[in-house]
Amino acid sequence: MSGRECDVLVVGAGPAGIAAACCAAECGRSVLLADENPACGGQIWRAERSSVAAPAAAAWLARLASSGVEILPGATAFEADGDAGRIRFERDFKTVEVHCRRLILATGARELFLPFPGWTLPGVVGAGGLQALVKGGFPVAGRRVLVAGSGPLLLAAAGLLGRHGANVLGVYEQTSLTDLGRVLLELRTFHKKILEAAGLAVAARGAPLRAGWWVAAAGGAAGDVSEEGARLEWVKLTDGWRQTKVECDLLACGYGLRPSTELAQLIGCRVSAGAVAVDEFQNTTVDGVLAAGEVTGIGGAELSLEEGSVAGYAAADEPERARAHFAARARYRGFAAALERAFALRKELKGAVTAETIVCRCEDVTAGRLGEFRSWKEAKLGSRCGMGACQGRTCGAAAEFLYGWGAESVRPPMVPVRVGTLAGDSDPR
Amino acid sequence: MSETVRIILNGDERAVPAGAMLAAALLGLGLRRFRTSVHGEPRAPLCGMGVCQECRVTVDGRLHVRSCMTPCREGMRVETDEP
Repeated sequence: MSGRECDVLVVGAGPAGIAAACCAAECGRSVLLADENPACGGQIWRAERSSVAAPAAAAWLARLASSGVEILPGATAFEADGDAGRIRFERDFKTVEVHCRRLILATGARELFLPFPGWTLPGVVGAGGLQALVKGGFPVAGRRVLVAGSGPLLLAAAGLLGRHGANVLGVYEQTSLTDLGRVLLELRTFHKKILEAAGLAVAARGAPLRAGWWVAAAGGAAGDVSEEGARLEWVKLTDGWRQTKVECDLLACGYGLRPSTELAQLIGCRVSAGAVAVDEFQNTTVDGVLAAGEVTGIGGAELSLEEGSVAGYAAADEPERARAHFAARARYRGFAAALERAFALRKELKGAVTAETIVCRCEDVTAGRLGEFRSWKEAKLGSRCGMGACQGRTCGAAAEFLYGWGAESVRPPMVPVRVGTLAGDSDPR
Repeated sequence: MSETVRIILNGDERAVPAGAMLAAALLGLGLRRFRTSVHGEPRAPLCGMGVCQECRVTVDGRLHVRSCMTPCREGMRVETDEP
């Protein structure tokens, strides 16, 4: 096992983590920035293979490069002791233990997936999920793709897919046209954001945008267990009254984002309404542990940068420099709150689930089986729901939406790791 | 496509784009069954970012490696769940 020490450890190298690391390092602190991915940038600034970063990303990545921050890529946190400032990571199948005086959690968010018949078929992918895969080199030119779900990510995904030559058949947003119109009016003061949204809409042009529609079911060749067997062939969509069936090769479907709070929970930080609770200096309820970016609530890259800057300066004991970012942070929080109201999920989405629909993909637990239980804990004990490899990261949020079950405590190891990693081996293979 | 690297997929040598992530490269090769579920269903990547664990394959003899978090390397040996 190898050990590291630093003044400030930042976990998560998206916009919030990069800003936090830069600000703390520029105040003279020794900073270590760890991320599970091979490259910095998080999901929003994930670089496309063999292409240059977006201007905002490039500026921050350049600032990071000259900040003196030490970067630890490919490091997955699996165990933590917040009070002692000790975090253990698995990296290249080895254990790395980091001791820090201050810890900044910038673990970001992930997509919310809601079950419907056929959602486990190969070819059904997240909206952000397909974006990440395309940026990672999945060629989609000529493929028929349907984009569905909810939130601004759908337009971004459709735009990217279009640029890569996919045949985007349509974008189906569950929010009604009335609600979308209302939010555009409400957000008209955010000129830059509106322009960005308009730009995304233009990028997705040619693909019909239909508001107030959602996925009812997906299906295709089934029963065959050969490698080319079961796969997506069609998607049924509904607006609650009508149904339409679209033939396609890929369905990119996500219902917005949810904060990834597991590491914060493991440390004992208070989580409220699904997000890590923080004070005005981004302090969590655990002494010496701060949080910034979407782990504290979904709000986009601009808000994450402001929160990260506050957290970085606060962790470096420079409260006045942190305070300089309060106004911009408040402004972007207003925008985030309006978006959240606009893209609230409609109850009818629960209706897509039938008794045979799998909810827990790791353990193949159906909705019919889950109907026997009254709580997440009962369901886990009785059906193994949420106890597989993903540790409930996919079905937990779905079960919360479907049944109103709250998630509970997180225990180490918070992700699957090698037995040797747990033992602190140098190479457990 | 500019440069490629060679990986060994279930014993067969295949060319994939240099710098690609393994999950993306395997989808590009037409792979649908990355892993087999508890009830025998084929599963393929869902989240693309290391959360859902559906894209796990065997890489250089190591079981349950998330292919969406693994960059392709020359000579990498990859085994998926056979039906």
